Amino acid sequence: MVSTKKNKTLQIILKNLLAWCASLMVIVPLVLIVLNAFKSDGEALTMTMALPKTWNFSNFQTVIEKGKLLRSFLNSLLYAGVATVVTVTLGSMAAYVFSRRRTRKFGALYMYVVLGMVIPVNYVTLTKVMQLTHLNNSALGIILLYTALQTPFTVFLIYGFVSKVPVDLDEAAYLDGCTPGKLYFRIVFPMLKPAVITAGVLCFLNTWNEFIMPLYFLNSSEKWPMTLAIYNFFGQYEMSWNLICADVILTCLPVIILYVTCQRYIIGGQVEGAVKG
Amino acid sequence: MNKAKVYPWYFAIGAVIFYTVFSVIPGLVGIGYSFTDWSAYSKELHFVGLANFKEVFMGKGDYLRYITNTLLFTFVTTVMKTGLGLLFAVALSRGIKFMNFHRGILYMPSVLPILVTGLTFTSILNPKLGFLNSFLRSIGLGGLAQKWLVDPKIAFGSVMAVDIWRGTGYIMTMLIVGILAIPRDYYEAVAVDGANGWQRFWYITLPMLRQTLAVTIVLNVIYGLKVFDIIYALTNGGPGHRTEVLYTAVFKMMSKGLYAAGTTISSVLFIFMLIIGYFLVKILTKDEVVE
Repeated sequence: MVSTKKNKTLQIILKNLLAWCASLMVIVPLVLIVLNAFKSDGEALTMTMALPKTWNFSNFQTVIEKGKLLRSFLNSLLYAGVATVVTVTLGSMAAYVFSRRRTRKFGALYMYVVLGMVIPVNYVTLTKVMQLTHLNNSALGIILLYTALQTPFTVFLIYGFVSKVPVDLDEAAYLDGCTPGKLYFRIVFPMLKPAVITAGVLCFLNTWNEFIMPLYFLNSSEKWPMTLAIYNFFGQYEMSWNLICADVILTCLPVIILYVTCQRYIIGGQVEGAVKG
Repeated sequence: MNKAKVYPWYFAIGAVIFYTVFSVIPGLVGIGYSFTDWSAYSKELHFVGLANFKEVFMGKGDYLRYITNTLLFTFVTTVMKTGLGLLFAVALSRGIKFMNFHRGILYMPSVLPILVTGLTFTSILNPKLGFLNSFLRSIGLGGLAQKWLVDPKIAFGSVMAVDIWRGTGYIMTMLIVGILAIPRDYYEAVAVDGANGWQRFWYITLPMLRQTLAVTIVLNVIYGLKVFDIIYALTNGGPGHRTEVLYTAVFKMMSKGLYAAGTTISSVLFIFMLIIGYFLVKILTKDEVVE
């Protein structure tokens, strides 16, 4: 009896130790970034965990000016924001129809869309498509690309949720003379809110973090989102780690805020995606 | 009630069209173009049969190495993330102080932009000034200090380690949710039979996590095969193509105007992923009944 109790205590100590080791592995790089963002040029060169001698808040101002970050920040906000709204609207409408009309045809169409979670983008021929549609190097182009990219997961996520909204509602509304559009947007859509928010948050997050599409399809720097801006800033100011760190913080801040406030939706959505309830 | 009227087909059209135009068509057209000599330097296209595929799989170029690198990256990162994720999930699901804190922290790297994670680690892994080597020297383990991203022998390992750092928390979180959903009675029932910790894990936890594990593994495989950002930021495929994967290679071919080679490699990936996709869709939609 005594030995099992000892065993148990040992186990708990080991568990907590493991937890702290793992968390430290993640925290150290993050703290490193935050501390060095406030240091002077020379101090940040070695990127140590030492506290800054003086806290240089001006680094942020410098990086915003030199990196033209205000512009990029607004670009990112525009791309991620519009793409999210469009994807969630169109995606949820598709998921709704797929879920309600379970014929062989719509079932196949649903699978066809969900397959998009897997298939890789062929950037070589996509470039051709972008040129033919005159969408290369345009905000509209990048937004449509993101819409296409995020659609499969969004449809998949919301599809699982639609079946939880009772069909009786549709019937009643239909008999009352509701048009399909009104029925969907006035009655069904509000009931899909948890799934729609989850899909929206994930869509925004993925789009904000995305890097390849603008790398291929946005040539002019005034159209760059934050990810591309920071990459180019990194190339130009390779030795100014204080500025790069400040840029890292500014790029990650919206994502971290979203993570902290919407953690429930993000993790819930990922789980829902992984194991359908 | 007339379903066709209440749920009109055109509701689905927007999503399907964008997805088709920007994802499916480039993929399919790309397969067609991989039988040609398409490049930035010739105006006319010629049909060349399987020449491009021959070049990729049997040619003198490094193409085959990009494929094996990608497969190695996918295999190692998936196994490590899943293994570590499972270990942390079992450890952190119950009986830990500051549990929410640990979980919140460990999940964080998977929401950050992958590119930014890569850039950050170029500093940490810098041979002279980087934090990792300074830290190793300061605790007297200077002998372990390496040229992490520069030494051809270990660069690929370093890149994979960074990606494991980034992706383990995601799997861990999925698995913790899975573990917490397992009814306690199951454990109590076998506890009566005198099952030890290992047996509880092997006969209850693991089987109950089968679905979650299956999906997270497939998602990791997909991620690994398409990997770009982290490698582009850390090494851009170097030193000497040691860390080159399919998508970084395609990017370089694109900028060199070697369209046929780029589209051939993309098509090989496309076909390969369709096969994986078939399994994923099967797992995800297995309880769906189509009328």
